[in-house]
Amino acid sequence: MKINWFKYAAPTAFYPLAGRLVPVLAVAAAALVLFALYWGFFETPERLGGTNPQKEYYRIIFIHVPAAWMSMWLYLVLAAWSAVGLVFNTRLSFMMTNAVAPTGAIFTFLALWTGAFWGRPSWGTYWDWDPRLTSELILFFLYIGFMALHSAIDDSRRADRAAALLAIVGLVMLPIIYWSINCPDPNNCAALHQRSSLTDIESNILTAMLVMTLGFWLYSFAAAFARLRNIILLREQDSAWVRTMVDAAGAGGPANAGGGDALDANRRGVSA
Amino acid sequence: MQGLIDFLSQGGYAFYVWSAFGMTFALLIAEALVLRRSRRTILQRVGRLARLRMQNVPPGEHR
Amino acid sequence: MLSVFLCVLNRDLTLALRRRTDVLTTLLFFVIVVSLFPLGVGSERELLRLLGPGVVWVAALLASMLALERLFAADYDDGTLEQLLLAGQPLSLLVLAKIVAHWLLTGLPLVIIAPLMAMQYALEATAIWVMMAALALGTPVLSLLGAIGAALTLGLRGGGILLSLLILPLYIPVLVYGAGAVSVSVIEIADTQPYFALLGAFLLGGLVLAPPAAAAALRISME
Repeated sequence: MKINWFKYAAPTAFYPLAGRLVPVLAVAAAALVLFALYWGFFETPERLGGTNPQKEYYRIIFIHVPAAWMSMWLYLVLAAWSAVGLVFNTRLSFMMTNAVAPTGAIFTFLALWTGAFWGRPSWGTYWDWDPRLTSELILFFLYIGFMALHSAIDDSRRADRAAALLAIVGLVMLPIIYWSINCPDPNNCAALHQRSSLTDIESNILTAMLVMTLGFWLYSFAAAFARLRNIILLREQDSAWVRTMVDAAGAGGPANAGGGDALDANRRGVSA
Repeated sequence: MQGLIDFLSQGGYAFYVWSAFGMTFALLIAEALVLRRSRRTILQRVGRLARLRMQNVPPGEHR
Repeated sequence: MLSVFLCVLNRDLTLALRRRTDVLTTLLFFVIVVSLFPLGVGSERELLRLLGPGVVWVAALLASMLALERLFAADYDDGTLEQLLLAGQPLSLLVLAKIVAHWLLTGLPLVIIAPLMAMQYALEATAIWVMMAALALGTPVLSLLGAIGAALTLGLRGGGILLSLLILPLYIPVLVYGAGAVSVSVIEIADTQPYFALLGAFLLGGLVLAPPAAAAALRISME
């Protein structure tokens, strides 16, 4: 079967597709996260191996590492869609960047928060000016800057493009910022945060962590698509297809708090 | 019962473990709820605008 | 090409020198911020010597950022910017000229006044020279990076605060190596070379990449 992907580059076509994907993704994400929680708490040893064994608090790894990975991955996604949007001038790409940014900011905050509660028992401090911690904080500022710039500009076309340019500038600067924090003294570099070493982690711990990462990843998709649908609706509320959709739903019965569900049902009926 | 208490105390590190996990899932669930609510609000508003249009425009001229 | 560059540069400098208060306020801001720190943290010489490089650099960052708002604002208000966009000349070149003018008016005075500030912090003569050199290499980078932010926030309500939110995180590498060079020079002057190499690399990279980015941002903001 040949799928015409460009068909979904139009918000009109993507809206129902995202609507079908969101529940599936959300359920899958919830299942994976619950499985990872179960596995992480009941099937793993009480100590993290190594020269300096960490006690039960190491279990924060199951959310800390996936959250940190997601925070970086989502920034890459944000910058990539920004670039696509600026080059091809596609509205949906810009909407995607806006859909991804808040979720990315949440994961960045979570990486910092869980890191603080992991750092306290293992390093004896909630915060340290360690390169990775500091870079994660800067990443958080970049997400906030992106959202702040976008919301400060009223004209949505200018807002989209300005924020996209900022995201790309941020992406170019990130490695330099990371390097500068990592090596404040270029004569001699050192860091406190342990290197990530996936190979010498106990397999049950690794399983729980990777499943959680997959769960967070699917969750990000679900959240981004759900937000994308909101953004599409908001921006296109005066367009013909949204009017038709709402009118059709309104004709079916009184639009009330459950209007959204009626609308969904109606749309499914149309697309089926 | 003892098993539950053991589980909750996480070897004495309950504060750190549950603070981290609690904030994570609180934020993720909050995000999902906010998204759901804002969707409802947007649809209600769009629906209200649509009904206003229906009332203002004579049925024959609509569409 | 060069004549266009010089023309814009000359124009901006002339305009700014007719309104000298703008230049002076930036400078005074820098002086006041730097002078406030000893009042806040105490005036022990050892402590001040330790804090000095960082404080002077952070103050320089803030001062150059405050002045950024004016980089395009006046031209935007009176419509000159629109003419520049429509001009046949490459916009990045015009933007670069404006950035250079901006640096001459806000960055260079900071470099010149830095020795006075350094004396407040009991820094040695070698450290003062290193600080001037580091500022001379680093402040142009601040102007270059800041121009992108200034172009993006052009004409927005509360643009100044927003600008700081966007731009300050990007200033970190300059701050780290600029202040680092001065701190290291207190211990051993020979070790400062890598810092200057890195600051120089930032400057060259900024000269190449920042003007097109700022020009693109201007086009986005003006359309």
